[in-house]
This record gives sequence, C-alpha cells and structure tokens, in this order.
Amino acid sequence: QPVAVEVLDHLEQLALVDFRDTEGVERLRKAIQFADQLHEVNTDGVEPMDSVLEDRCLYLREDDVTEGNCANELLKNARKKVEEYFVAPPGNIPLPTLEERETFLQGS
Amino acid sequence: MAAAVATAARGCSGVWCRAWQRGAGGPGHSPHGQRAAASSARGGAVPVGKSGLAPWVPVVGLEIHAQISSNSKLFSGSQVQFAAPPNSLVSFFDASLPGTLPVLNRRCVEAAVMTGLALNCSINKKSLFDRKHYFYADLPAGYQITQQRVPIAVNGSLSYSLCIDNKMSQMVTKTVRIKQIQLEQDSGKSLHDDTRSQTLVDLNRAGVGLMEVVMEPDMCCGEEAAAAVRELQLILQTLGSSQAVMADYEIQRQIEELENGGTILNETRAFDSKLGCTVPMRDKEGKQDYRFMPEPNLPPLILYDAKSLPANMNHQQVVNIDWIHERLPDLPSVKRAKLVEQYGILPEHSFALLNEDGLTEFFENVVKQTQMKPKKVIGWILNVLLSYLKEHSLTVKESPISSLMMADLLNLLEKKEISSTAAKQVLAELWKGEEKTPLEIVKEKKLELIQDQKELEQICQAVIDGQENEVMAIKAGNLKVLNKLIGLVQRETRGRSNPVLVKQLLEKKLSE
Repeated sequence: QPVAVEVLDHLEQLALVDFRDTEGVERLRKAIQFADQLHEVNTDGVEPMDSVLEDRCLYLREDDVTEGNCANELLKNARKKVEEYFVAPPGNIPLPTLEERETFLQGS
Repeated sequence: MAAAVATAARGCSGVWCRAWQRGAGGPGHSPHGQRAAASSARGGAVPVGKSGLAPWVPVVGLEIHAQISSNSKLFSGSQVQFAAPPNSLVSFFDASLPGTLPVLNRRCVEAAVMTGLALNCSINKKSLFDRKHYFYADLPAGYQITQQRVPIAVNGSLSYSLCIDNKMSQMVTKTVRIKQIQLEQDSGKSLHDDTRSQTLVDLNRAGVGLMEVVMEPDMCCGEEAAAAVRELQLILQTLGSSQAVMADYEIQRQIEELENGGTILNETRAFDSKLGCTVPMRDKEGKQDYRFMPEPNLPPLILYDAKSLPANMNHQQVVNIDWIHERLPDLPSVKRAKLVEQYGILPEHSFALLNEDGLTEFFENVVKQTQMKPKKVIGWILNVLLSYLKEHSLTVKESPISSLMMADLLNLLEKKEISSTAAKQVLAELWKGEEKTPLEIVKEKKLELIQDQKELEQICQAVIDGQENEVMAIKAGNLKVLNKLIGLVQRETRGRSNPVLVKQLLEKKLSE
C-alpha cells in the first residue's frame, strides 16, 4: 500500500527529511510494511513496552554541580560564533509548501 | 491585541505563564516583531455581536512554568545560575553532543512532589518521561524531555482569595483545579539580531528543571487569574521549590492582554524576544505535531511512601512522599489563619502582611516590643509604614525605620505622651534614617502632649473667647461646630493636645 503524498509532504515538513526519489519512498513503504508485521501478534490485555529498561531502577543523582565551564570546547564545534554565543539563522525558516519547493514529491 | 501570551520570569528562578482563553472576539492581532500568540481553542467560539447566538463566557486556563530552585540542572550536573557568561553553564549533554545521556536530579523530583502535595494533588508513584519534538535553535536536541503521558502529580486544587469591587473589606475565596504538574526541561535563550539576520544562542538555561503547573479553565477573568498566580507564587516561595520571581506588573500586563484579546486560533505559542522565551515554529498549514514518544533512556520514575518503601534500598535513591509531606512548611493560607487567630487582625490584613516580603516578621517584631494591641499596630504597619515603603519603592528589608523604632514610637503613643498626629510627624523624621530615636525626635521638636491641665484650660478658654459665633451655635444645639473649636486648640498647641481631653474641657466650659 503506497503512502499518500500528503503524508509524505507532512513528514518532510515535520521531520525535515527529504525522501529524494521513488527509491526513497519505496524504502519507506517497505519499512512500514515490515513494522506492520507486529499487528500479527495478539496483544490483547498486554501493556505496551516503552523501553527494555522498564524494570530498571531510575538512578537519582545528587543535586551537585559537577560539570559545565567548558564554553571554549563546546564552541569549537560551531561553524559560526559571535563572542561566546552560538550563531543560528534568524528564527525558523519555514519549509516552502509542496507547490513551492523543489521536491520529487511535486511530480507525484 | 494578542490573546494569549507567554511571559517573563527570567529572574533567578523564574515563572512564566501561558494563558489561553476561550472567549468572544475576533482573531488575535500579532504585533510586529512578535510571533502571534494562541493556544488551542476548545470548540468554536462565536464572536460577540453575531446575531442570534449567545456570546461565550470567557474562561481562562493557565499553564505556569516555574523554574525549580536547584543547584544543578534536571538531567545534568551543570550549574543553575542567573546571569553567567554565555554558554559557561553548559555540559555536553545540555549541548546535545552525541553519546550523552540524561541523569535525573533527585532534588527536582522532591521539588515537584512538594509542590504537588501543597496543591492537594495525587502523586503518581509511577510517572514517565517523553520526548516532545520541535526544531528551534535553542533546543539543540530537537526535542524537549517532558512528561506528557503520565506526569508526576495530577488532580489538585489551589484556593485563592480576591477582593470584590476593589474594596479590601470584601474578600471571596475561589478554587481552581490543578490538572497536573509535570517535570520538564527548559530550553536555551535566543537573542535575535535582526540587523545581521542572525540569532545568538546561549544554552545556559537549556536543561534547567521546570515544573509545569496546568490549571483547568475555572477562572472567569484576568483578575481571578492574577490572584491565582499570586497565590501560587506565594506557595512556591514558601516551599522553596521555586523562587517564582515574576514582577507583579508582568502578571498584570499579561492578564490584561488576555482580557483585551480575542479568541485563540490554532496552536502556537507566544514569543517575546525581549523576554527570551522560546517557542516552536508557528505552523501555518496544519497543526503543530510534536511527535511525542517515550524517552527511551529513562526508566519510569518510581516514588515511595511509608507503606511501599522497600527494606534494603539505598535511601539516597528513594524519594519518600510521606517523608516530604511531614516536612511541608505552613502554607500561606495556614499562616494567614494563624495570624488572624493569634493577633485578632482581619483576614484582609493577613493577606496584606503575607503579600509583602518580610512584612509579617516586621509586624510580629513590633507587636512583641510594644504594649499597643496588635489590632491597632496593624493599622500603623499597613497604612503608614507600607505606604511609605511603596512611595519610595523600598522593600521591608530596606526600611529606614526598624521594628524597634516603630515599637518605641507606638509605645509613646500608647502611653499618651504624644498624639497620633505627632506620631506621624515623628515617623516622617525617622524616615530620614538619621539614627535618632523616637524619644529624641519628640524632645527635639517639642511634640509631647501638654500634660499640664491648667495650660490646656487656658488655651481652651482663649479659643472660646475668640469664637463667639461658634460658641453660640454650639449652645444652640449644633454640636458639630465643637470640632472646629477642637481643631483650633490643636492648631494653637501645634498638635500637642489630646483631642479627647480637649473635647471634655471645652464641653465643660461651654456648659458652665
């Protein structure tokens, strides 16, 4: 079952992914199909598992200051910086709509 | 006017509110330079004025984010501190570097439990963490760790009082339901540089622990909302779980904007670049989708009470709800009731005392050191001292008049050594902060009440002799004119006569 164009467009906007071409979309479809196999298992009355850690004890840390003070190290990763600030583009730049942007999905 | 606004709080431990309103009116206008503000509208609101349809009653719900008072962040060991050099309080986890993991801070859990208990909530012995995804420069991970499915506390209530009709004498108690309290991370701070078309990002605040307190839409208007927030602020400050610093005018401003605003549109959040609150991008097309998913790196948070406490567990790993409950301090409502009972003051007095930092202590110290009854003392504290402080924008701590000085002064008054007019003059002098005692000022300015009866009698007689018409009016039955004579005697004596005594003397003379 193919994935609707509206859904693909929505995903591209939400997750900022680019399905790029038919091969990419097909890979998605196959991944969904693979995951759908889970439906074959009867899970009536079974609590969903969030994580294999669910029966582990959540470790609680003491409220002590143990890290920080490494601005220089952190800023080494930044492509652009101003004094000790990271630099980012001015606010979120919205992804253009389906009609407006160049995406393979346009042709679909 | 924007209908819903997220606000301020970037103090040492801030509080910010997102208010939403289901109300009448058109779409909110978003001011230039600010993103439009809104929250989810529950159902379609019909604007006032459309014919044939009843307008909706504005109903206000609030979500308040209180910064937790802790030394370190919610999931990392970097320091929580206001005003530090940019990016100096940031760990690798806070910067979302690969391979880092969240480790929960016990103090933040305790703060949330305390707050939940103080707000009469059920504490969930098992709560879960989730990821809320959105893209923004000050959210390096691309998601915020929060508690969307099962928060730490639910179903509480907050009682607050407000004056009807601006008269302090009539107070009514209201309650707002607390839907839930959840633990979540704060984001960093964005500074917008429009001239250079860039945003500067400081992650010092990223990862700081927040308690989000969600109130049900039980409030009818801005005034109720403001009163509820104020009470919550007092509670948080009393508990110490948050310093809840938020300028009163800021609360009022937000509430007013809300009142003036119209309906809420689709879901977005307000942004104010001055205040540095961050928001997810406004999605013009469809609904914003946060793609919630369980936080895979954190097992469920389990809390215990006396009954469920396992025997051999390391106590450092245990948060015991009952233990915290036993150690809760007196909440503001309890403190106020105790003040009323102990000192015989009115409820509205107790509100005024608690509303001003340090004022209750000041009042109690004065009462301890004076013979004047608390019921009388309260008037001097609230009407005289407090207005002085407000006029000069001073806190109680900064008061040039100490509680001892105040007590000394009130003692002079109580012993009838000075009149209350003179007392006010002394206060004005004390206010200058020149280290003189009340007694010294009284002597210096000769403000003592005239104790010599003969002297007073002579002055009264002189006044009577000089006011023929008034005397006739009084003798004819117009007793109100007597006040004029009393006033004249007061003036003659420069406020150094006891008005009660003067009245007696005048009456005696006039009846002769």
